[in-house]
Amino acid sequence: MERTQPRREPPGRRQTLPWADLLFSVLAHGAAWLTLALLAGIIISLIVGAAPAIREYGLGFLWSTDWDPVQNKYGGLVMIYGTLMTSLIALVIAVPVSFGIALFLTELSPAWLKRPLGTAVELLAAVPSIVYGMWGLLVFGPLLATYVQQPLQSLFTGVPYLGALFSGPPVGIGLLSAGIILAIMVIPFIASVMRDVFEVTPPMLKESAYGLGSTTWEVMFKVVLPYTKTGVVGGIMLGLGRALGETMAVTFVIGNMNQLNSLSLFEAANSITSALANEFAEAGEGLHQASLIYLGLVLFFITFVVLAFSKVLLARLKKGEGSRS
Amino acid sequence: MSSVVEPHAVLGGTNVALQASRVRMHAKRKRVNAIALTLSLAAMAFGVFWLIWILVETVRLGIGGISLALFTQMTPPPQAEDGGLANAIFGSVTMVGLATLLGTPIGILAGIYLAEYGQKSWLGSITRFINDILLAAPSIVIGLFIYSVVVARMKSFSGIAGVLALALIVIPVVIRTTENMLALIPNALREAAYALGTPKWKVIMTVTLKAARAGVITGVLLALARIAGETAPLLFTALSNQFWTSNLGEPMASLPVTIFKFAMSPYENWQKLAWAGVFLITIGVLVLNILARTFLRNKH
Repeated sequence: MERTQPRREPPGRRQTLPWADLLFSVLAHGAAWLTLALLAGIIISLIVGAAPAIREYGLGFLWSTDWDPVQNKYGGLVMIYGTLMTSLIALVIAVPVSFGIALFLTELSPAWLKRPLGTAVELLAAVPSIVYGMWGLLVFGPLLATYVQQPLQSLFTGVPYLGALFSGPPVGIGLLSAGIILAIMVIPFIASVMRDVFEVTPPMLKESAYGLGSTTWEVMFKVVLPYTKTGVVGGIMLGLGRALGETMAVTFVIGNMNQLNSLSLFEAANSITSALANEFAEAGEGLHQASLIYLGLVLFFITFVVLAFSKVLLARLKKGEGSRS
Repeated sequence: MSSVVEPHAVLGGTNVALQASRVRMHAKRKRVNAIALTLSLAAMAFGVFWLIWILVETVRLGIGGISLALFTQMTPPPQAEDGGLANAIFGSVTMVGLATLLGTPIGILAGIYLAEYGQKSWLGSITRFINDILLAAPSIVIGLFIYSVVVARMKSFSGIAGVLALALIVIPVVIRTTENMLALIPNALREAAYALGTPKWKVIMTVTLKAARAGVITGVLLALARIAGETAPLLFTALSNQFWTSNLGEPMASLPVTIFKFAMSPYENWQKLAWAGVFLITIGVLVLNILARTFLRNKH
């Protein structure tokens, strides 16, 4: 056998580019800083843009209902009310339904159905909002008017308080339609967060409860839900953030009327996002534009608080999960 | 059972009552359970029902408008006989494409920072938090931001402003998926590469990023799907345009904004085109999503 002759010299260290490492690190750090700068830029540009309106109206803008571009008088209450009300309707519908879906996906569904159904729910989240909007305006709205609004109206006319909530023309656009469409849009977000947090519940906990003779519902409601409640609230907040900031789906169906005379859910109204979508491109520079940006700032502030709250809750759940397992 | 209760024969009466109440209690619990589970089933059906309804309506109303003219002719004036969406489709493809090209490298770099450089640093945790906020921030606010920094300065709506607005939406999506996918790469791979004397940038580029390739591409596809249907950030950045333009300095038509304008109009030909456009977007976005999913599943 022939021995391989060892080489005289060890192979020289391969030439590397000394600056490449530094450059790459600088680029990566720069990209992270850029993200921070973006958020700062958004906040600063909104404040600067809204400055004329802030100087003119101060915080009184938030509870004034005048919105009159002709007389150049602006107040945001109508839009703020519309945004909060539609999101509230959306949550009232979406939270129980999402809980049901998450319960089904974690406890009831046969294994072979889990994946296709989970995917279907996630695809619902992927459908662009303009599709919901157009479908809501042209397909869903008319059906809602005939089959839901008219019966509700005949049921509640004359009933104090509730009657006022269901008065107005049943034409299928307005707060209620916008709220329902928003609910359909946020269900997938809330449901998938709930499913994910339900799945982190230690199986031991659930098995112990089942072992004591609990029913599936009792295990979910008395064991899994208390264990995951921060995560569940975080998921709901995430959905709320979506609902508050949604533009197209709401703009199509809310009716875009600046009125607050009637509190009816059937009445056309306006929201921050739809006011921006409809008026901003046409608004002349000056107080009108500044007031719209002020509305945008209010919206950003509300969603920021809601999202930050949800992140803190979800992070707390994650931490707890780490210490317990 | 009765033999067990024998010693308490004196209390026989209450025992029977106890037994009966237990049976009632059990029946009640079972009933509550059955109701809850039925409702859960109903909720699931409710969710799937909307998806199917929306898809069916979109196909039913949109497929009639699909023709060659849709892709070759410009957006028509109201009540015209023919016309298509060619300029809008071109504008959408251009802006979405450029925004993805612009946003992806930044997103990947920031994702690399989060996963490889600043996992535990303060900059890392703040960036992660801010990124989550940006990910869910109202897209119309992004439009306002670009309006005030670009459109108001340039004194005109422009395609480039639309590109920038969409890129700002791409960045957080890509950051999130890149970070998550890089975090899944086992540390042993990195350590093995370092042990061979590989510099950090090379470890990242040729080992970790390569291993996480499928996930990163999935993130880009998802970002693409997200911005393809975005309307709000384009409303006052790119605005819209009735005519064909490939000049990014001018207002540029896009599919979602055109759909918005046409669907809100009372003209029948516009509404028909809007449905065709909605059909195109929905199919496109769903295909991108399914593609992204299968891509990821096959690789892992």
